Order: sequence, then C-alpha cells, then structure tokens
Amino acid sequence: MSKNLISTNIEKYLKEHENKELLRFITCGSVDDGKSTLIGRLLYDSKTVLEDQLSAVKRESRKYGTTNEEIDFALLIDGLQSEREQGITIDVAYRFFATDRRKYIIADTPGHEQYTRNMVTGASTANLAVILIDARKGVLTQTRRHSYIVSLLGIRHIVVAINKMDIVGYSEDVYKSIKEEYLKMFEKLSESLQYAQNGKSGYHKPTVDFIPISALKGDNVVQKSTNMQWYEGKPLLEYLDTIEISKDINLSDFRFPVQYVNRPNLDFRGFTGTITSGRIRVGEEITVLPSGKKSRIKEIVLPSLESGSELVTTPEAFAPMAVTLTLEDEIDISRGDLIVHSNNSLTTSDSIEAMIVWMDEKALELGREYEIKRATTSLNAIFEEIAFKKDVNSWEEIKTDTLELNEIGKCRLLLTRPIACDPYSKIKGTGSFIVIDKITNHTVAAGMILDAAKRERKKRVYTEAEIELNRYIRKHFPEWGCANIEEIK
Amino acid sequence: MSEKNRLTHLKQLEAESIHILREVAAQFENPVMMYSIGKDSSVMLHLAMKAFYPGKPPFPLLHVDTLWKFKEMIEFRDKRVKELGVDLIVHTNPEGIEMNINPFIHGSKLHTDIMKTQALKQALNKGKFDAVIGGARRDEEKSRAKERIFSFRDKFHRWDPKNQRPELWNIYNTRINRGESVRVFPLSNWTELDIWQYIYLENIPIVPLYFAKKRPVVEIDGALIMADDDRMPEELRAKAKMQKVRFRTLGCYPLTGAVRSEAETLPEIIQEMLLSRTSEREGRVIDKDQEGSMEKKKIEGYF
Repeated sequence: MSKNLISTNIEKYLKEHENKELLRFITCGSVDDGKSTLIGRLLYDSKTVLEDQLSAVKRESRKYGTTNEEIDFALLIDGLQSEREQGITIDVAYRFFATDRRKYIIADTPGHEQYTRNMVTGASTANLAVILIDARKGVLTQTRRHSYIVSLLGIRHIVVAINKMDIVGYSEDVYKSIKEEYLKMFEKLSESLQYAQNGKSGYHKPTVDFIPISALKGDNVVQKSTNMQWYEGKPLLEYLDTIEISKDINLSDFRFPVQYVNRPNLDFRGFTGTITSGRIRVGEEITVLPSGKKSRIKEIVLPSLESGSELVTTPEAFAPMAVTLTLEDEIDISRGDLIVHSNNSLTTSDSIEAMIVWMDEKALELGREYEIKRATTSLNAIFEEIAFKKDVNSWEEIKTDTLELNEIGKCRLLLTRPIACDPYSKIKGTGSFIVIDKITNHTVAAGMILDAAKRERKKRVYTEAEIELNRYIRKHFPEWGCANIEEIK
Repeated sequence: MSEKNRLTHLKQLEAESIHILREVAAQFENPVMMYSIGKDSSVMLHLAMKAFYPGKPPFPLLHVDTLWKFKEMIEFRDKRVKELGVDLIVHTNPEGIEMNINPFIHGSKLHTDIMKTQALKQALNKGKFDAVIGGARRDEEKSRAKERIFSFRDKFHRWDPKNQRPELWNIYNTRINRGESVRVFPLSNWTELDIWQYIYLENIPIVPLYFAKKRPVVEIDGALIMADDDRMPEELRAKAKMQKVRFRTLGCYPLTGAVRSEAETLPEIIQEMLLSRTSEREGRVIDKDQEGSMEKKKIEGYF
C-alpha cells in the first residue's frame, strides 16, 4: 500500500508519515524462546533490514551460525563481536522499525537472571512488553521473573507471545492451557504487588493479551496465520499498531523539573525543561518546590530558530514537550527546582520509601552516602533500612541488610534535604531516580519511589554545653533565626 | 491523526534531543559539539539552536578537518557558521600535515587513524572538553545499537563496551573525574528516515552534494570517487567521467563513494532511499575493512 505511494506520490507519502505515534516496547525472552528470530522477522518484514546487511548476515551465518536456517536472525540482532563469538547477548540493544502508523523502538534485552539490570533498564522507557513463551515449555520461572520486572517498572501493556506453535502442531489446546496458566500466575503477581483497585496509590494493573505465533515460520507475526484459524485476534504487528497508548501519559498533574536557566541577555530569563506530566497554560498560577514561592506563567516559549524580535510562544503546552517558561515575578529559581500547579499539592520529605534495583558488582552498604539523581535534582542520600528483598522468581520477601547485583528490594532512604515526591506509579518522571557511587561514579542502582516515608526520628539528646550554646546564640543573635533545641519534637 | 495533546513521533524525538542537549549545558563545564557537516550534524546543529532559543548554544562546534573533505563541505560549513553566529573550532593533526598524509598513497586505514582518530583525540585534549556531543545514531551500525546516550570515556578516550553505565528513563549520569569525558549522542533514537523527514519538514539546509547533479567521478575498486581535486593521482583523474550522481554520506572524498541517481529534491532523495535496498554506510570504505571494525575503532577512540 505505502510502497505504491512511495513510487507514485512521495509528497503525499511524506505528509502521511509526518504524524506517526511513537511506541517503545521491550521484548522479554531468551535466545531459546526465539526472541532474536521474532525481532529479526519484524525488522525483515517491515523492510528495515536492507540487502547489504542481510548479505553480511548470510556470510556470518556460515561462520557463527547456530541455526540450520539459511539466515540466522540472531546474528542480525547481536551487535558486538565478542558477544557473537560467545553466542550470547549481554546488553540492552535498541532497534528501530516503522509501519505506516507507528515508529517503534525496541529495547532488546537478554532474558537470563544475571541480566536483570539490563531488563530493568530496557523496561524503564517502554510503554509495552512482549513476553515470549515457548509453547513446548509453558510458563517458566523466567516468565514469572519477566512479568514481575515489567510490572514493577510500571509498563501498562503486556502482550504474551506464545511462540513455536508450529512445533506443537498449532494446537489450540496448548495455547489455551498456557494462557490460563499465565493468567493464574498474573493474578498472584498482582496480589503480590498489591495493586490498588482504583489505581490511585498502588500500581496500575497492565492490560494483558495473548497471541499464538511462530516467529520462525511467520505465523501471526506480520501476516495472519492460516494454520491457526481458531485464533480470532490480530497478528502481533497489527496489535502493536492499534493498541491504545495515548491514555498512558498523565496529563492531569503538571510537573516541570527545571533543567537549565536560560539567560541570553538581560531582558530574558527563562526556565527550560521537559514537561514530565500534565499541561500548563499561560496565566496559570504555579508553585516552585521546595521553596513554595508562587508566581504566574508569563510565556511558554517554544524551541525555535526565529531571529525576529517576536518570541515564538504557545498558549498551552503538555507532556512530553521541551519548553522554556517565563514567570510574572522575579523569583529565585535554579536547576533542580520543581514547578507545579499551585492547586496540586504534593508531599515534600527528606525520607522516602522506594523499590531499589541494585546494578553494581559492589553491594549496597547501609549508612554509606550515595548521590541520587531524580529528574534534574541531585542530592546525597543514605540507605537507612532495607525492609526486604524480593525473590524475582518466587516473589517471596526475604529479610536482608544488603542488596547484591541484580537484587531488588524495598528500602528507606534518608536525603540530605527534602524533595517534593511523587509515587512512581502516579508519575514516572518525578517518581524515578538513579543512585550513583560517589567514588567510582558508577550508576549503582535504579529507584522507584513508593511514598514519602514516615519519619521515626529518635529524639536527639543534647549535652549541657550544646544547650548553653544554643541559648547564648538565641539571646545575642536573634537575627540568625536559630531554632530552640529544647523545643524540637 | 493530529489529535490535541499528542506529539508526533518526530516531535517526540525532537523533545528528547533538546532535553539531552540542555542536560549537557547544565551539567558540564566545558562541552563541545562535533560538527561533521553531514546531514546528521546539520540536524543536530538545528536542534541545538532550538534548544537554547532565544539564546545561542552555550558551547562551540568542533570540526576535525582531515584536509581531504569535499570542497563543497568546507564552503557550506563556513557559510552556515556565519549565518547562525555560532563559534567554530577547526582542528587538523599537525603531524599528519607534516607527514603529508594522502589516502591515495597511505590507504584509508592509516589516513583515518592519523587524520581522524588521532586528530580528534588531540583536539579534545587541547580543548579539555568534558562532554563531546556527536551525531551518531543507533540504527547506523550494529555495534551502535548498544551505545548509551551519555557514553563514558576514560582519560585515553577509550570506550569499554563491557563496562557501560546502566541508563534508565531519561536520567543521565553525568559524573566524571578530571580528565575523563562523556560522549553524548542526542540523535541516538533517530533513524535515517526520521532525519530526512525532519530535514524536509523543518527546511534544514544541507550540503548540495546530497542532491544528484552531473559530477566528474572515477571508479576505484567499485566505488565512484569524486575527481575535482588535483591531489588525486593523474592517472585516476584521467579516467574521470561526468555522471549524474549524489552522495548518501559525506566524509573524506577519496573514501566516500557516490551513487548514480536522478534525485534532485528532498522528496526524491527520500523516495530513492525508501525504494533502495542497501543501507547508507555502504558507500563508506572504512566500515568494511574488517568485520566488527566500527567496534574496534570505537574502542580506540574513534567516534
């Protein structure tokens, strides 16, 4: 269809292709599940793989091939030489293809347990997860693990692709029993993640759909399978093309983490950033957090190359636009501040509860100071306590005082200063953070805020000398605004 | 399709790139943007202009000049920089000048190493840049599919593919020690088609070599090489013929093959690209030196 348009009327084709949606998805499965074959086929059938790449793969298939097929799609997919030689994939690879409706970014991650951190990384930017199940094997431990990770990362849509249907004789019974088994498991998972029914406080329960496929033969990947007349749904690509994703973005709670203060000249002071969620209009009242200062939006400046004296502005902007805001009042704002609607209150706290995925060889140390980066805010934090670590396979909660590489646990962090918090389940952009080791500079963990923690601060006992000093300062230097330590609760 | 409150895929890519560029400006002391004069660089420069509007980008451009670029590229570069009022640093490896490096004599491998890889390292060491913005895309070449957006380099500019920092959401770890640096790729998630569509939509100026025109070319090892420079050996220039050709990628002219083409406008270029069945780096001699060659070059510090 579009192929004809390319040859006959390219301008019309370009017009039609200006307005695609972007969908990012992650593929969960291992090499044995046929993951590379599936991705290779999506790329191949959508004309993303080109002749010269294909001929290189054919050459290499003879050298490294692990399949008896003519083309080993895995080779098309596995990038790094060292990996090819070992026949494994070790890192997240991003791949691209497009249909007439959507542009796709695939986060292709290895499925083994020792690569949990890579899967978490890939899942962090995805709207949807394709979970592969081998029809001969059904729901496995790794299926449980993959489902847990994508749910934890707040992915809204899961599609379970039951692969290798050709090997099980395209049997509807096999498909049905795996589907049932998965749904039963998923119910348990939902309970274990404590989904709130109304989606307000807990996780959003993802949508779950099932498609029987054969990636090798091409059944229900791009073309509807003629071998499985009993399946009435869409093939995978059509499913991806049509699933509703516009509602996944939060447009009701305005959050604008200030990224950079733009002062090109004395007349202009703009706060640049990317709208994390919600929308904003000129004239609306905003509050700057954590200071609590209020003002109104004067202009919403769009990115532009205009050199005229008129600023290029818009009356309204929404997530995920990158804009520059100017305010009615001269108030002190810098990178790391959060601009929100004044009527949209959120908790400010120096103590947070978060789910932590540990990503470093060196284990978590309680009481040690790390740097955390949340949106545009960087600050120091210590891990005060680990409530439990989660067995990613059995979903059991285990007592621990550390997290090792690839372990996931619920932790309480004490921050060096208060930040305005959103739970990750409500707003990903302000509810997520990374943890950085201040010595090695490695990114050692990813965190998802559950809630501002209730502080149970032990009341500090002051020495006589401290109390004396405090009294002295309050008496002689009242302008310092020193707190009375005898009254601190 | 253009519903309210929804960004098209190109607008989303644009917003993501702008976010990345602003993050560099906010988090690094001495950033620089590589400018190779090609189409991806043109898009990147356009995005940088947009990101800091109504101001100018708070970092200079850096062009590593191998002295073997197409003439039209250098003309275009100087004109563009003047129009936009941005700072440009040009660096050429003085040792290469001294040795009189010539790809026709020394071959592509040595030329690329001395005039590109070594020259880039010199320029970065000289400028003490802590962040270097480049126009690489993940869809270009297999080893790039796994490259981070903020990609750490040690003090020898080396990239260790096995030891990359995890990169989640749109939060980038920008912490480095003195002497280390980060390569930043704001176009990571753009595909070749995205780039062309964006150039078309936004009317971004690009070097005329991308458009088909009658040009003097000579066939060397199956590649059509431009013959408009008297440094090309006489016996090769003598074989040059006028043919209607264009270039799908731009680099050093002796290493960049042209394709026969009738595409004189942007839509025609895009049409040709969509209907063609070979990928864009095919015209480049350096990628195919050996399998995994791009990965090896990156480990040595090539972009």
